[in-house]
Amino acid sequence: MSETARFLLDGAPVPFAEGQTILEAARAAGRYIPHLCWHPDFPPHGSCKLCIVDVGGRHLSACATPAVDGATAASDTPEINAERRALLQMLFVEGNHFCPSCEKSGLCQLQAMASELGMTTPRFNHFYPDRPVDASHPDVLLDFNRCIYCELCVRASRDKDGKSVFALTNRGIHKHLVVNAESGRLGDTDFAADDVAAGICPVGVILRKRVGFAVPIGSRTYDTRPISAVSMDREEP
Amino acid sequence: MSADGKLKVATVSLAGCFGCHMSLLDMDERIIDLLEHVEFERSPLTDIKRVGRCDIGLIEGGVCNAENVQVLREFRRRCHTLVALGACAVNGGLPAQRNHLDVGQCLQAVYLSRQGLEGGRVPDDPELPLPLDKVHPIHEVVRIDYFLPGCPPSGELIFTFLSDLIRGRSPRLGHPALHYD
Repeated sequence: MSETARFLLDGAPVPFAEGQTILEAARAAGRYIPHLCWHPDFPPHGSCKLCIVDVGGRHLSACATPAVDGATAASDTPEINAERRALLQMLFVEGNHFCPSCEKSGLCQLQAMASELGMTTPRFNHFYPDRPVDASHPDVLLDFNRCIYCELCVRASRDKDGKSVFALTNRGIHKHLVVNAESGRLGDTDFAADDVAAGICPVGVILRKRVGFAVPIGSRTYDTRPISAVSMDREEP
Repeated sequence: MSADGKLKVATVSLAGCFGCHMSLLDMDERIIDLLEHVEFERSPLTDIKRVGRCDIGLIEGGVCNAENVQVLREFRRRCHTLVALGACAVNGGLPAQRNHLDVGQCLQAVYLSRQGLEGGRVPDDPELPLPLDKVHPIHEVVRIDYFLPGCPPSGELIFTFLSDLIRGRSPRLGHPALHYD
């Protein structure tokens, strides 16, 4: 394929190299496509569906769809953004996302994405699930209430740290994050606070202890800049 | 609308902490500008107890007891535009953190089992509204027209939001005004 291969994203041409996905090519061209489970250091996961784009009337995950010369993709449209908001709303009501009490507030990608996409209401009925926290590890707290099943910790612990500390178990609405120990407790694994997996959580599940409020709320990454700008510089866990 | 052409605004705090009402007052002297266009009806600020026909109703707090449900439904009947003001109205907020607990066991733990409460009893005065088993955001009970998240939303944001509504514009929130903490 020649270097001039291009597709149209919201009407503007985006050049790409062979093998690049729509999301990768768009980023390289300075164009932001919302995403939660995608991370530049990992292969695409395609589970959060926030990166959906309309290609020929079909809604595809931009992180997992190879760019095709001459294709037309729509991303920043009222229809696609409304679908993204609906996905966010389902994530919010399925867990317990009480931002005022969360030490990740202002550093949380789910929260920042909701602000970016103008989500003012959870719209659906809340589940209010009962998910006890795991404080067994000396240096890291697990708060399962905020999990969005992106599997970034699962992938990081398995593929980067070589420990496979985390896994998702069950299916559908019963899916949840578990710790790979007989007791199910993080304190009974070889997990360490300097593991890649300890710093990868986009929400407030994996929290290093004793540093939660080092930066005050109000001056944090997404308090001052929208995620669409931050994400183009670097992925902020 | 009142006789002098002002929009009537009613406000109430259900299962909230009055923080959103404090934030409303935190718009400082701009409340005088606001009063050029609106007249407060039932509200903790006026101490009027019954809500009449209103243009705008601002609801702080979620729904945690039978009285909250009744007041919320009354606001929905009487207000043309109903606004969920703040985190608790939008998603239940702090009071909803009891939702994974059994309300009966909560009452027993608070009024019977704690040290020094031997021989106590769960308050049952008929004037006390019955608690619901779960705390609900208000959109789970009545239709809501606008949502203003934040714990609390700032006085600045409330002022801008109301100014838009008064001028017939659809309020739009984006970063950084739209936040959830």
